[in-house]
Formats: sequence, structure tokens, C-alpha cells
Amino acid sequence: MPLLDVRDLSVTFARRGQRTVHAVDGVSFSVDAGEVVGLVGESGCGKSVTSLALMGLLPRQRGVRVGGSADFDGTDLLKLDPRSMRDVRGRDIAMIFQDPLSSLNPVVPIGIQVTEVLVRHRGMSGDAARKEAAELLDRVGIPDPTRRLKEYPHQLSGGMRQRALIAMAVACRPRLLIADEPTTALDVTIQAQILELLKELVRDSGTALIMITHDLGVVAGMCDTINVLYAGRVVETARRKELFAGRRHPYTVGLLASIPRLDAGRGEKLTPIRGSVRDVLPWTEGCAFAPRCDRRTEACVGEPPAMTPTHTGHEFRCVNPFPLSQPEEARV
Amino acid sequence: MFRFIVRRLLQLVPTLFGLSILLFIWLHRLPGGPETALLGERGTPESRAQIRESLGLDEPLPIQYGRFVKRLVQLDLGTSISTKREVTTEFLQRFPGTVELTITAMIIAIGVGIPLGYLAARRRGSILDQASVGGSLLGTCIPIFFLAYVLKAIFAENLGWFPTIGRQDASINATHITNFFVLDGLLTREWDAAADAIWHLVLPGIALASIPLAIIVRITRASVLEVLGEDFVRTAEAKGLTERTVRRRHVLRNAMLPVATSIGLLTGLLLSGAVLTETVFAFSGIGAFIKDAISNLDYPVLMGFIMIIAVVFALVNLLVDVSYSLIDPRVRVR
Repeated sequence: MPLLDVRDLSVTFARRGQRTVHAVDGVSFSVDAGEVVGLVGESGCGKSVTSLALMGLLPRQRGVRVGGSADFDGTDLLKLDPRSMRDVRGRDIAMIFQDPLSSLNPVVPIGIQVTEVLVRHRGMSGDAARKEAAELLDRVGIPDPTRRLKEYPHQLSGGMRQRALIAMAVACRPRLLIADEPTTALDVTIQAQILELLKELVRDSGTALIMITHDLGVVAGMCDTINVLYAGRVVETARRKELFAGRRHPYTVGLLASIPRLDAGRGEKLTPIRGSVRDVLPWTEGCAFAPRCDRRTEACVGEPPAMTPTHTGHEFRCVNPFPLSQPEEARV
Repeated sequence: MFRFIVRRLLQLVPTLFGLSILLFIWLHRLPGGPETALLGERGTPESRAQIRESLGLDEPLPIQYGRFVKRLVQLDLGTSISTKREVTTEFLQRFPGTVELTITAMIIAIGVGIPLGYLAARRRGSILDQASVGGSLLGTCIPIFFLAYVLKAIFAENLGWFPTIGRQDASINATHITNFFVLDGLLTREWDAAADAIWHLVLPGIALASIPLAIIVRITRASVLEVLGEDFVRTAEAKGLTERTVRRRHVLRNAMLPVATSIGLLTGLLLSGAVLTETVFAFSGIGAFIKDAISNLDYPVLMGFIMIIAVVFALVNLLVDVSYSLIDPRVRVR
């Protein structure tokens, strides 16, 4: 049984006088204990909204509707009342956000921001909490942790801040960690360090990790299973090896082809995917990617494409997928 | 921090010096003078000149100003022209009432304004939010003296819940040490006297609080709304912290910065704006005294009053700056 099983998750935002937005439109995926799962897609594909929905962090307003189920170790996260959800957050499921500077409270010392999780969920206090916080900072590779505890976010470097946020997230040894673009706001060299740190933490603690990113390079290095999202639905899901050996969905292929390559010839153009995420067909009327797809056929429009399973567990949502052997793409 | 405070206090000296020169020139350039008030219509040019001479007003301004400064450094504000009493004595007797009233108004404005502004922001678009936004607009529009009359008519005269006038019931016969009646009551352990003084403060306090309350509600609401959208609030929620911790440590602490600034500015305004409210409730603060001093051009009283207001204003804002740096480490002073 998977640790987290998300079935038909949907999130809609309805505003008076405006068209209802289906930010997440029936996403299903699962995460096993200790597994690293990637959610990949362009901005606006629904990957961040998915994570916020799982955490119960979407704004509690009229017009925000969450549907489907998210079974976490026997309880449906989407049906938990706000109070029980507060107990789960930070203790069983923790999250790391994109921009480490804005994600830290500027007027509260790092130490308190770490210990408050320990106080809340592990019932620690005073010196014990401070000692544990220093150990946590040490574990995520922050030198001189006892001094850093007294410092404020603006006194830390970008990488250091992200390490501090990671320390807060792993403070209660959660069973599931959600990292939403954890390296996007960082320098490339720091990115590698942070990814390495996450990998290490996951390996040592057996925590499962959902890695949300637009960067297939990140996915390639870390994830066991990859889910590619488009317009609020999973369009392709596979184990890492299978996906990189043979991509089937034209969108996944396009995503990979659009990564700039150092070995490309001078003056050689980048290969973007045509159009933008805004050119979508509603899933009810066919494949949402059809308006941007080079392999579009008449069968793409009319009814929503279903997930096509294969015997290896590799699934894709496409009626005209790339054939299994793709010599020209194999080099990626 | 200590050096910052000392530096700011030293900066106050040239400011006050400049202010006093400007004031001195302005006041003495106003048409008329104390002799008109003293003599009225009957004054002949000779008797006027005689009075001006006796008050030293016939001498050149720089010499008069020199005398003023010489007295000021000894903390002597001179003698009131109309009451013939020491200005300092008059102030010590009358200022405490106004200060009590100002403090009451600020306690009401802050105590109600911040929670209301926070709730309005948290429940944006709700009836409470709309009522507080509309109410605060109304609060800034209604003239204080009008509100004071309405409050007095309803709650004091009609319903009889509160006293109509004065600072304390004369029948209580309280001992007064500092002339801060509430403080006096507490110091002498005359609890009924303190309670009665507080009772007298409620209605004028509410009237005076209306404008700062409205402003504080609006600023708090806007500021909380901004902070609620910040990433670190989402982080705090993602940690599963209790609502109380999120509110106090993460939302309010950040949202308080603009509120603190406005509180500093408002306190100074209230101190000088208490006059009208005092008139309605026959509250024996400094208000009526200053009003008379203005119409009589009682130079020493006016100079002293404005200088004191300036000092208080500067001190309150120094306090705000200190609290600012306590809240926000990024502007921490050295």
C-alpha cells in the first residue's frame, strides 16, 4: 500500500463574473514510503496547487473547491478538519518552499523559527529545543549553528536560508516531504548542494519526497518515479529509467527537447514548445495539449484521452504517442 | 541602543531652539497684545504703553527672547500675564487632566483598533470587515465635538450611565498629589477616587479616540492583509503551528510596523486636539486655559505650551523609533 495515494484530485477557483479555473483537473499519483516522486511541468500546470491542496494550505474562501481524495496512511487528507490537519502539517508532512528569503519571517530569529516546530509537535521546550535546533542546523550543513540560531534571515546567505528551511521541515522526521521548486531561487552551484542535501536526508531517514519542479535535470538526478503534468492532469508517469529510455507523450518529449544544451552548436536555435500554456483545450473536449502538439490527429479532439497503461507501469495520456524506439531522442 | 537614544535627545536641543525662535517672532508679530485683553475698550494709548513697559514688551525682541531662554534653561516658563501665576504651576495643575484623557483615548484606540483591524483583514469581505471599513470612514468624518455632544446627551444625560462633566465627583474629596487623578487614587489607595476618575474619563475618552481609532483600524487592516499574503505566513502554516502562534509571531509582529508609526504621530495630535472634547465635558484639562491664552495673547503661556507639546511629540516618536527597532532587526539601531 502506498504512503500517499492521490486519486482524482481537482481544485477549481471560481470568481464571480469570471470563468471557473480548473487549476488541478483530476490528478492521480501515488508515493511509496521512502520514494522520491517528481511532479514536473511548466508554470501553470497545477503542480504547486496540487501540493498546497495536499497540505490544506489553499485559501479557505468561497469559490475554492477541492475534490477527489488523498489517502495518507489510511486517512483522507482532504477530509480532515482544519485542526487535525494542523497536527499533520509539520509533523507527518512537511514542506519546503521556493524562495527561501520570503519564506522566512524577517523579524524572528532563525532559532525560534526552528524551535517553534519542535515545541509544537514534539513538546520540547527551552534548552532541549535549542540544543535540538542546533543539531538540526548542523545536520543540514550550517556551520557554527549555535551562533546562527540567534541570527535573523537577512544575515544568512541564500543557500544557508534554504538549508534552515529544510532543517525546519525535517525537524519532526516527517514521513513525507514536499519540496516545491526548492532550488529555483538559488545559484546553480548552490542548487546542486541543496539537491545533494535533500537526497542525503531522504536516503538516511527513509522520508518520502515529492519533488515539484519544472527542471527535468533535477528530476533525472533524484526521482524514482516521475509524473509529468499538463493543464492540471498527469499526462505521463513512469519510473525514471523507463521515462528517459522512451518518452511517449509529445509534451514530455517537447519538455526535454527544450532544455538548452551546452554541446549544441553555436547559433543553433533552442527548441521551445510552440504556443503557451494558455492555448489549452478543456480536457472534456479532447487532449489539452492538442493545440500545441505536432503529432495532433483528428482523434485528439472530441473526447478526453485516457491513460494508456503498459506492462512496465509506464502510462501516458495520448492517442498518438511516440513509438517506443526514438533514435533521434535517445541522446537526451 | 542607549547611544541612539542619547543622540536623539541631543538632536532635540537645536530643534527646540529653532522652534522657539520662530514661535517667538510669530507670536509677537500677531496684531494686538496682552494689553488689549487686560484693558479692553477703555485703554488709552498711554495706559497701553505703560502696561507694555511693565511687562517688558517695549524692549527689542532679541532682548526679550534672551530673557525667555535664560529662564527656560532654569525650567522657568515665566508668569502668565492674565492669571499672574507661574506658568509651570498652571501647567502642573492642568496638564495631567489632558494627559490622562489622551492616554485613555489612545488605550481605547489601540485596544479596539488593532484587534478590529486584524479581524477585518482575516475575514476580508465579511460583514464585520465591511462594517469596520465603513465605520472607520464615518469615524474620521464626524467632528469630535459633535460626537462628544451626542455621547454626552445619550449616555450621560438620558441614560445616566456616565457623569456629564468634570474629572471627578467633588463629593469624593480625594487627595491629590500629582494631579493625575487616576494615579493619585492608586497612590493613596483611595480606590473609589481612582474608579470615579476613570468613570469620568470614559465618554470624553471615546469621543477623542474616534479619529485615531478609525485610522488605526484602517492601517492595521491594510497592513495585516499585506502580511497575510507573505510567503513566511504560508511557511508558518505549513509547520502546523497553532493559530495563536501564527497570529502573534508571524502576522501581527510584522504588521505592527506601520501601525507603530501612526500611533506615534496620532498621540502628539491628540494631546493638542483634546481641547474641544474638554470643553464639551467641562473637563478641567489644559484646553480652556490655552483657549483663553490664545485670545489674550498670553505669550509666556503659549510659548510654554507649544514647547511642551513639541517635546512630548519628539519623545513619543523617539519611543516609536525604539520600538520599531525592537520589532524589526533590519532597522536595528546601533
